[in-house]
Amino acid sequence: MARFAVRRALSALALLFATSVVVFGAFEVIPSYNPAQAIAGRNATPTTVAEVSRKFGFDKPVYTQYVNTMKLVFTGKVIDYQDDLNVVDQFRKRFPVTLSLVLPAGILWFGMAVVLGSVSAMRAGRLTDRVVMVAAIVGVSIPVVLLAALLLYFFAYKLTWFPNTGYHGLSNPVQWAYHLILPWIALAVLNIGFYSRVLRSGLLDMANQDFVRTARAKGLSRGQVFRRHMLRNSLMPIITMFGLDFATAIGGAALITEAVFNLPGIGQYEASSIGNLDVPPILVGAILTAFFVVLFGALIDILYGLLDPRIRLTG
Amino acid sequence: MATPDEPGAIARGASAPNGSGRGNGTALIEAEHLELYFPVKKGILVDRTVAHVHAVDDVSLVLTEGETLGVVGESGCGKSTLARCLVRLHEPTGGTLRFRGRDITKLNRRGLQPIRREVQMVFQDPVSSLNPRKRVGQIIGVPMRLHGVDGSDVESRVRDLLHRVGLNPEHINRFPHEFSGGQRQRIGVARALAVNPKLLVLDEPVSALDVSVQAQVINLLDDLQDEFGLSYMFIAHDLSIVRHVSDRIVVMYLGKLMEVSPARELYEKPIHPYTQALLAAIPIPDPHENQARARTVLGGEPPNPIDPPPGCRFHTRCPHATEICATTEPPLAEYAGGHLAACHHPQSVGAEEIASAVRSSLSPTSAGDAMPDAEAARQAGDPAPGDPATGRGARTGATPPSPSAGPGSGAP
Amino acid sequence: MAERLLEVAELEVSFATEDGLVRAVDGVSFALHRGEVVAIVGESGSGKSVTVMTLMGLTRGVNSRFGGSARLGDRELVTASEAELERVRGAEIAMIFQDPISSLSPVMRIGDQIVEQIRAHEKVSKGAAMDRAVELMERVGIPRARDRARNYPHEFSGGMRQRVMIALALSLSPSVLIADEPTTALDVTIQAQILQEVKQLSQESSSGVIFVTHDLGVVADIADRVIVMYAGQVVEQGTLEEIFYDPQHPYTWGLLGSVTRMDRPPPRRLPAIPGLPPSLTDPPEGCHFAPRCPLRFDRCHELPPLQARVPGVAGHLDRCWLQAGDKRDRREVEGQIGLATEAVA
Repeated sequence: MARFAVRRALSALALLFATSVVVFGAFEVIPSYNPAQAIAGRNATPTTVAEVSRKFGFDKPVYTQYVNTMKLVFTGKVIDYQDDLNVVDQFRKRFPVTLSLVLPAGILWFGMAVVLGSVSAMRAGRLTDRVVMVAAIVGVSIPVVLLAALLLYFFAYKLTWFPNTGYHGLSNPVQWAYHLILPWIALAVLNIGFYSRVLRSGLLDMANQDFVRTARAKGLSRGQVFRRHMLRNSLMPIITMFGLDFATAIGGAALITEAVFNLPGIGQYEASSIGNLDVPPILVGAILTAFFVVLFGALIDILYGLLDPRIRLTG
Repeated sequence: MATPDEPGAIARGASAPNGSGRGNGTALIEAEHLELYFPVKKGILVDRTVAHVHAVDDVSLVLTEGETLGVVGESGCGKSTLARCLVRLHEPTGGTLRFRGRDITKLNRRGLQPIRREVQMVFQDPVSSLNPRKRVGQIIGVPMRLHGVDGSDVESRVRDLLHRVGLNPEHINRFPHEFSGGQRQRIGVARALAVNPKLLVLDEPVSALDVSVQAQVINLLDDLQDEFGLSYMFIAHDLSIVRHVSDRIVVMYLGKLMEVSPARELYEKPIHPYTQALLAAIPIPDPHENQARARTVLGGEPPNPIDPPPGCRFHTRCPHATEICATTEPPLAEYAGGHLAACHHPQSVGAEEIASAVRSSLSPTSAGDAMPDAEAARQAGDPAPGDPATGRGARTGATPPSPSAGPGSGAP
Repeated sequence: MAERLLEVAELEVSFATEDGLVRAVDGVSFALHRGEVVAIVGESGSGKSVTVMTLMGLTRGVNSRFGGSARLGDRELVTASEAELERVRGAEIAMIFQDPISSLSPVMRIGDQIVEQIRAHEKVSKGAAMDRAVELMERVGIPRARDRARNYPHEFSGGMRQRVMIALALSLSPSVLIADEPTTALDVTIQAQILQEVKQLSQESSSGVIFVTHDLGVVADIADRVIVMYAGQVVEQGTLEEIFYDPQHPYTWGLLGSVTRMDRPPPRRLPAIPGLPPSLTDPPEGCHFAPRCPLRFDRCHELPPLQARVPGVAGHLDRCWLQAGDKRDRREVEGQIGLATEAVA
């Protein structure tokens, strides 16, 4: 366990460093990238731009700029170029919104996928299975933008069952949930389709395993065989997928959903920063995502170890 | 007596295939004190090697041209690792390996290229060892092209090979899954033969097949050996099928050689208790014989190769083990007729034979000099060379070889 | 005669596949009595495993078709409901499978796997069931059973895992024990141990054992009666003595001839049965073995019924048109029973 923790911590540091270098370097090679110009404004004189450039250190060599920026990031003092806002504060403020969107949606998509995948596998080849699988294909292939738009059109405009867009804080849980139901669905549908198909095929493979046959030969009921012997072993692939999808989603990858439903989350902030070639928020977002990916990767491995005693945690 | 360290000593000492064998006596592969340890790693930051799996542990043997060497042992005895070592799919961690007299122990990929052509391998599982997406023509033809057969000749040679291994040449465009298990193994053999090798290493080639089909493949291998002048190394997990193909048989246990013997003699006169146990473990397909023979069922299981027992590796399960077996590793004693066994308490041999046995140059370096005690055997009364398979005591006609016929290594 | 435990009559199992209907088991009949070991011998695809798995309802599926009957006491197994079968499985018929490595759940402790089986059929506390599990493990020769019960399968050797499978199968003292190639995946010295174990336990428990194997050596060691299967059908059945010393079907001769006999000098050439078993989607019209049989004649186009053909021996059945006397003359090759193959190219 010590070995596992140390190794993971080291690889996390290496990954964070690499991510920050890549993100920082990527902007350096963009031809039209001129942060001083952006900060100084469209109508600034060359003198002003030069002054801004000196003040922000854009005239220094790249590695000095990198070191300085990273210092600011880790002391929490870094500000974005578009609005002069403290980036870390922005992330801190927006993170609860993203989490409000992603966490329940994650539970929804994982739970639904387990239910649908299981039902489908248990009834393999029959009508239920076919219906579920066709629905899953549709879910996977429909673009999130379109789905979100359709949901809004039918349930918010036409039927007015749900509010239009916007975010309500958790201080009023009912309003909070009421405003988020459509975004949760929009974010979950794609993954439900995807995960349930993976689970179904895993379960069908499992059904042919010798130890599942043994379990049946013991006289266990179908349900017992399914729960104790098949499901547990088939969950691993979708748990892996879940860890990574969840990590990137709370790192900002739910940006389309956030944008369509006008949720002031991390994804929305990152999207606008990319449009403005605003390095600091992108850098922080990338580091944050990398951090979550490593963290959830480690959590998945620990879970693997619990689910399967043959796996010993190694770096 | 030649010292084992002198190059070639082992080859001279051991390449004594017995008269009935097919070998012509020229060494093809010589292994001297060959050793392959797999490291077991552990550590928090840096992996440190904390132990070794003693897969092949100081094994010396010679495979001569044209002969079939059977290698027998249970799972984990190192037989497959030894085979992979001999064809240099693994690099040995110790010892010397020579192919036609040339040291190939440390050769790199490029250096091994010409040897790869001469030595081919056939694997156990005919299903997974053939690429399911390739047609038979490609499976057999590609190695030919790689080894420089002219493109236009390839197809006719593939057809010819298919015919020789007993398949329909018209099936050249079929996929492996369209064949039965036995036919797939024939394809595996044809692929190995595609580059005109001298040596085929057959890793349990018939274990996955039905008995009636096993016999077909064994007979095919027998024919091909005569036709192409091949040498075989035939690996098996028990002593039943190797008997039909081997000129000499090597019995391995936990990485070490237990017994090396001309094939026929091994069954009539097994010297090592482990060989006896292997023979006794195979049930005879004859109810009366089966009931009549006193079968000693070997207890226990092979120990962990990470931490093999000291002394004789087999002593933890051996019915004849005494104190010395737990402390001193027995050398390979060479009995009459080139029959070697590493045991302090040799079976099926009389006091005279024990007295005239010499320490073989194939003995592991870690083995002691303690040769089996002829005096003790004399006092215990000469065990008549019994029939190990039936366990019914002496069989008429089993004449003990004359004790003076010990060839090979010089006088002790 | 001892109490009849199981009676299988004209059992048929087929599977619908893309290539057509596979007739895996085609009219198999036999009976099993208390205290006896019946061996079913055959090669891959002979239907021997499908036959025994069907007895436990393990071949049921969307594409499976069944016919005939298999009666365990008063209970019909072929048409039994799933709930009824669940009560039979493990409790009245238990099974030991071929591959002890893959046949145990890799993620469950050994003890728990046995406990699960006991508690599926009896209302006992976990602790009491665990005590029984440990007792069973001791009985099949697993040392330090109390500690070992807490281990996972991968911490056991192949032989020890097969002992666990035996303990599992014996946990509810079933009247019928099915062993499907239980020693095929094991090393010879371990196989000898396991065979001894199965023999001893079957004698102690007085249950009936169906032992499925391809190895006639193992049959000679363990069986009282033998059923020889080929291409989904029984081609011969009789007592151990009858099958080994007076075999009636050429396929049996071929099988007997092609096993290596360690007690005899090796033949110059290994006797093989030429050709391949027929396709089960499209079996030959008459005798299924005829295409590979060197002794076939006109009548073989007609499928011979399985019946007693040796004068005066009622229990020895076979499926071959040849006259008993004729067979006696033609089944020897180099002084041993075997199938002379010269006749077939």
